[in-house]
Amino acid sequence: MTENVFRERVLLRYSFILIVALVATWLTLSGYFKPMLLSLGVISIALTVWIAKRMRILDSETAPYLTVPQTLSYFCWLFKEIVKANMAVVRAVLSPDMVVSPVLTRIPTPQKTDIGKVMFANSITLTPGTVSVDIQDDHILVHALLSDMSDPWDFAEMAERSAFAIGETIDVPRRPGSGEGASS
Amino acid sequence: MSLIFAAAADASEAAKAASYVDWWGVISNIGTVMSMLAGLFFIMAGTIGVLRLPDFYTRLHAAGMTDTLGAELILLALIFQCDNLQMVLKLLLVAFFLLVTSPTATHAVAHAAYRAGLRPLLGEYRAPTLDEDAS
Repeated sequence: MTENVFRERVLLRYSFILIVALVATWLTLSGYFKPMLLSLGVISIALTVWIAKRMRILDSETAPYLTVPQTLSYFCWLFKEIVKANMAVVRAVLSPDMVVSPVLTRIPTPQKTDIGKVMFANSITLTPGTVSVDIQDDHILVHALLSDMSDPWDFAEMAERSAFAIGETIDVPRRPGSGEGASS
Repeated sequence: MSLIFAAAADASEAAKAASYVDWWGVISNIGTVMSMLAGLFFIMAGTIGVLRLPDFYTRLHAAGMTDTLGAELILLALIFQCDNLQMVLKLLLVAFFLLVTSPTATHAVAHAAYRAGLRPLLGEYRAPTLDEDAS
């Protein structure tokens, strides 16, 4: 009985978060405040929430509101990495003799949840020069354009940060001799 | 470039009228031109990469470059030209969806090729010189 009440309360909270997000999206995309258009918005939002509830996908993956600040700061870090990787790829591609050294490497994925793995694999693909080719249970097969882009320690840092962005803590091995591990 | 000059001309006319310079207009136009040029540079480099690189997987990297920095920088250029908040938010949403969907599409293509048995070219590769190309 109490478990049921608890479940109802959790569902209510997630539907509230989802409704807030959907209202913000609708107003951003529409920008009209005529009664007819607003009522259409209310109807479609109610329909969406009802369908999500019926599909039993009203959970922390649908409305991950707790980790929004972490995710935003992760995107800032990721953008910096993207700029750096873009520079490396541009330099390799535009140089006259274009020396590339493609490699395939296996990168371990210590993430436990699916969304953590998705976040990590998408971050790898988003960074130019590395594409995640195949995702297995405990590792990702990564194709890298330049062999120095397949440094496992760089991937370990990205794994840790991407897991933190969705509120998951994982154990990653520290880069030996970096001094970073001693301070933290 | 003409955008900057147009803004400067507007500003000088306004200055004659009421000694008022539209600094925000100048800054936003400079920002637009800079990020548009940078975005076009990355898209051009990506296109050259698709043409020059040797195999399917390496070409994917060059294609990925155009839809990360290239597209995002052009969206940034458009954001500088917005005059209301709603437009800015819409463009930010477009940027966000691009950032989420484009790696998914890249992964789907790479995964399909890998599953279909296309082996990547590995090891060092160097662009052929003109003599090698002719033979």
